[in-house]
Amino acid sequence: MSAFRIVAAGDSALIVEFEERIDPEVNARAVALAERLHVDPVAGVRDVVPTYRSVAVYFDPLRTAHDALMARLEREAAAPLPAARPAHDVLRLPVCYGGEFGPDLAAVAGFGGISETAAIDLHTKNTYHVFMLGFAPGLAYLGIVDERIAAPRRDTPRVRVPRGSVGIAGGQTGVYPSETPGGWQIIGRTPLLPFDLTRPNPFLMRAGDAVRFDAIDRVEFDRLEREVR
Amino acid sequence: MASVHVVKPGLLTTVQDRGRWGFQALGVSVAGPMDPVSHRIANAMAGNAVDAAALEVTLVGPELVFDDERIVAVAGAEFEITIDRDPVDATGCFVVPTGAALRFGRRVRGTRAYIAVAGGIDTPPVLGSRATHLPSAMGGFGGRALTVGDRLSCGAARPRPHAAAHARLAGVPHSVPDGRATLRILPGPQSDRFAAGALEALQSAPYRIASSSNRMGFRLSGPPLAHTRGADVISDATPLGVVQVPASGQPILLMADRQTSGGYPKIATVITADIGLAGQLGPGDTIAFAVCSPGEAMTALIGQEQHLMSVEAGRR
Repeated sequence: MSAFRIVAAGDSALIVEFEERIDPEVNARAVALAERLHVDPVAGVRDVVPTYRSVAVYFDPLRTAHDALMARLEREAAAPLPAARPAHDVLRLPVCYGGEFGPDLAAVAGFGGISETAAIDLHTKNTYHVFMLGFAPGLAYLGIVDERIAAPRRDTPRVRVPRGSVGIAGGQTGVYPSETPGGWQIIGRTPLLPFDLTRPNPFLMRAGDAVRFDAIDRVEFDRLEREVR
Repeated sequence: MASVHVVKPGLLTTVQDRGRWGFQALGVSVAGPMDPVSHRIANAMAGNAVDAAALEVTLVGPELVFDDERIVAVAGAEFEITIDRDPVDATGCFVVPTGAALRFGRRVRGTRAYIAVAGGIDTPPVLGSRATHLPSAMGGFGGRALTVGDRLSCGAARPRPHAAAHARLAGVPHSVPDGRATLRILPGPQSDRFAAGALEALQSAPYRIASSSNRMGFRLSGPPLAHTRGADVISDATPLGVVQVPASGQPILLMADRQTSGGYPKIATVITADIGLAGQLGPGDTIAFAVCSPGEAMTALIGQEQHLMSVEAGRR
């Protein structure tokens, strides 16, 4: 059993905090807790939000039995982890690296003192864990990036990062689900849409998922883009 | 389908229902009204369900023309309001005849007014809600604030006695602040990340709301708050009304359009009963923070709920 504590955020949220570190095992506890509250909801709870190492439980204080919710959270937080997901659950995201899609690939390679090809190899060799979604609809925080390409954010954020851009910020990597300003190092672009309201399931990734990137060329990118959009 | 025609949009007028709950784990913000109490009163006066979509007006109100005769209710910030140049009660419920212009004039007090139209504003729900979230351009009318020439569909009004529409709602005690308010807070969730005395400093003098503030949050200037272990935490959830403190030591109060997560330590959280008061403040206004007990927070919320339920019962 791992350590946890439950703290209040005002009168309508409780936060279950696990160990204070970015670690897939700690995160798995948060995701599992959120999943159990999703499967078997507590009356009055309005939203359950797993993040790197905690779970926020938002509730309507007038319609929630506070002590019962607290007891449930303590029980669930202490429960053993479910078995790891099988390998076939890994989501594969095709990425066209470098060029106009990846203006920071050279800088990321330079950070590690390696070639661009080697940087791509390092980005595609890891299976990443989706720690959480946040900041914008469908934006997933993936990790952990090989330290040789774990370049920090750009000094000056870009005013406009195109949808589908794949970025690195330190140990994190991720895909911009919509065009926004952003400071991550952009190394490529995927034709898949992390967030698309026209799909039955608008969200490509959820916290706890496993993701791998596959390098594709521009021809394949264009073909896939036509297919999915 | 009957509609409302936007002749002038006002400064920032958005469609809002009670918010897009249930998707924060996927990065989807809640949005919803900045002053949920006034939003609920406006819907009650218009004879609408609590989850109907209304218009949120900010500082400068719109001019609207309706396709058909509609009962309309306004609550929250007080404005001088006219229907075809005839003054009507600043906040209340009235019939707007077909083709008449409902105009917002001078603002008297408060920052945000809610215009509820009988039947509700009927924009297409996105992920179950009509709330407009401006940063992600989601929901409401095309994910944006209203602009000249927009036409918004209205739902079918519930059948109700016509005379009731003219009755002034007696004794709405949700007093709208005039440029300053005391907001009660509960310490946490991360008050242990601040130096001894930070919670006292937060209550020691009023904070002014900066001009860069918006529906996402209020940037505040006042007594600085010192961290103990730096200004970065591992990104976690950002509740409504939470007071987060970046490295500058100047706090930010997170409001309706806040992002779902953030990486600054959070010293305290405004109690739910006082969120509506906060929503009536705007740039240049001041906030005094006062720590209260969980019991006081609950008592205040129950009192507010009893009042709102009596308003809703009175208009049914």
